[in-house]
Amino acid sequence: MTLSGALEVASCTDPGMVRSHNEDSIASDGDQGLVVLADGMGGYNAGEVASGMATTVIITELQQLLEKKIPYEVDAHSGQLVAHQLLHEQIAKANTSIYQAAQSQPQYAGMGTTLVVALFYDNKMTVAHIGDSRLYRLRGGELRQVTKDHSLLQEQIDSGVITPQQARQSQNKNLVTRALGIDPIVEAEIHDYETQPEDIYLLCSDGLCDMVSDDDIGLALQTLSSNLKLCAQHLVQTANDNGGRDNISVILVRVLRDYPAPRSIVGKMMSWFK
Amino acid sequence: MAKLILSMDGLVLKEIALTKERTTIGRKPHNDIQIDNLAVSGEHAVIVTILQDSFLEDLGSTNGTVVNGQPIKKHFLQNNDIIELGKYKLKYVNEAVAGQAKAADFEKTMVLRPGSVKAPTAAPAASAPAGPAAAAPAAAAAGARNLSDTLAGQSVTAAPVAPPKPAAAPQKNAALQLLSGANAGKELDLTKPLTTLGKPGVQVAVITRRPQGFFITHVEGASFPVVNGKTLDAQAHSLNDHDVIELAGVKMEFFLKT
Repeated sequence: MTLSGALEVASCTDPGMVRSHNEDSIASDGDQGLVVLADGMGGYNAGEVASGMATTVIITELQQLLEKKIPYEVDAHSGQLVAHQLLHEQIAKANTSIYQAAQSQPQYAGMGTTLVVALFYDNKMTVAHIGDSRLYRLRGGELRQVTKDHSLLQEQIDSGVITPQQARQSQNKNLVTRALGIDPIVEAEIHDYETQPEDIYLLCSDGLCDMVSDDDIGLALQTLSSNLKLCAQHLVQTANDNGGRDNISVILVRVLRDYPAPRSIVGKMMSWFK
Repeated sequence: MAKLILSMDGLVLKEIALTKERTTIGRKPHNDIQIDNLAVSGEHAVIVTILQDSFLEDLGSTNGTVVNGQPIKKHFLQNNDIIELGKYKLKYVNEAVAGQAKAADFEKTMVLRPGSVKAPTAAPAASAPAGPAAAAPAAAAAGARNLSDTLAGQSVTAAPVAPPKPAAAPQKNAALQLLSGANAGKELDLTKPLTTLGKPGVQVAVITRRPQGFFITHVEGASFPVVNGKTLDAQAHSLNDHDVIELAGVKMEFFLKT
């Protein structure tokens, strides 16, 4: 199945102004409607290893599986949507690979990574995320954060301890409550969303959203939407201008046209009667 | 570690480290910080500390709690906040903010796991090569949580770094004055971080306002903007005072405002 021509993808990743290593990792395949971003953590180069393993495992495995499997179908065996099943399985696989490497090799001990994956199919997208890497959507000039961080700050905001404004001043940034590769089993948060032509989706590591306000992100997406590559570079540059304290990664996806699933006539008839 | 400095009439009385999750302030002797003054209620206020953040809450005191001159019910304490209780002053100092290297280390993402999740995985974690770090229970701040060992060794090796500059916009303001076209003579202030120029679908350029100054970059269209008679490439071009820009058939002058 291919979505060629339905999506435009641009990305940019940068170590920032302070760090010597880039522990972020990004991968994308516009034709398959697949984008992956991971922000690694762990000593020396272990963070890079963890995030690199996560993006590589997920993109290569899914690329192969999507040749055979149809994401919008329901798996007869499990009753799950195939897209969900694929993401669950591949995230579990990436988790196991990172966890085992961390257990078996001393220099990788304790490494882990955040993850955000979006899979586009049938005018929809399925988003899976773990940790504090985010997905935003710009639609009709309005920027909205789609994913909710798995972090201490988000828990504090949810329980009313602090307000989102106060959270920006907090010293407890970057404490994630969920990460890939830390425990033998990890649960990704998976949701489906409808997409529309002209939507712009932004996947980013916390190096962007900690340094650049949502207003400035929204303004950049809106003004530079006709040049996605420039927009991605501009976002990274703005984060660096503001201090660039962490690695910064950005993937932008623009929906160029509708991409409905090529269903059979029988299938269409069925959907009328639902 | 955050601390409070208690003073009266400019005289420092004592320093109190915020080591506990709850630090109570009041007149009665069972408080962690006892202030024996009639203007202070028996149980006046409490400071809740979660890792590096501290929150001050008034416990319904008679005379209230004032922070930086404002009466508060609940307040997220920031470095150098002054808490006033009657004639007494408590200054909040958070050294994680003051100590730059420490703050930079703390920027690094770490995993925080609830105790319930930690329990079944404790055995493999402890036997892992992480060794001493994994075995040593890290600061269990809120009791229910354990800070993961993920980066235990790292803070030692990280080099101290200068604090990042705040989001600084350039000092100077700038504007464009149209020199030709229907709106010749009009001025456009460049106040936003991004200002687009041109006609969508034909030719668009953007002027970015950065700490280093103003830059013009080509966004879309077959032809590129011209500055002082020279056609630009795809790279951002730094603008100087009185540069003349030509774009989509319109000439305009960039100038700095004083």
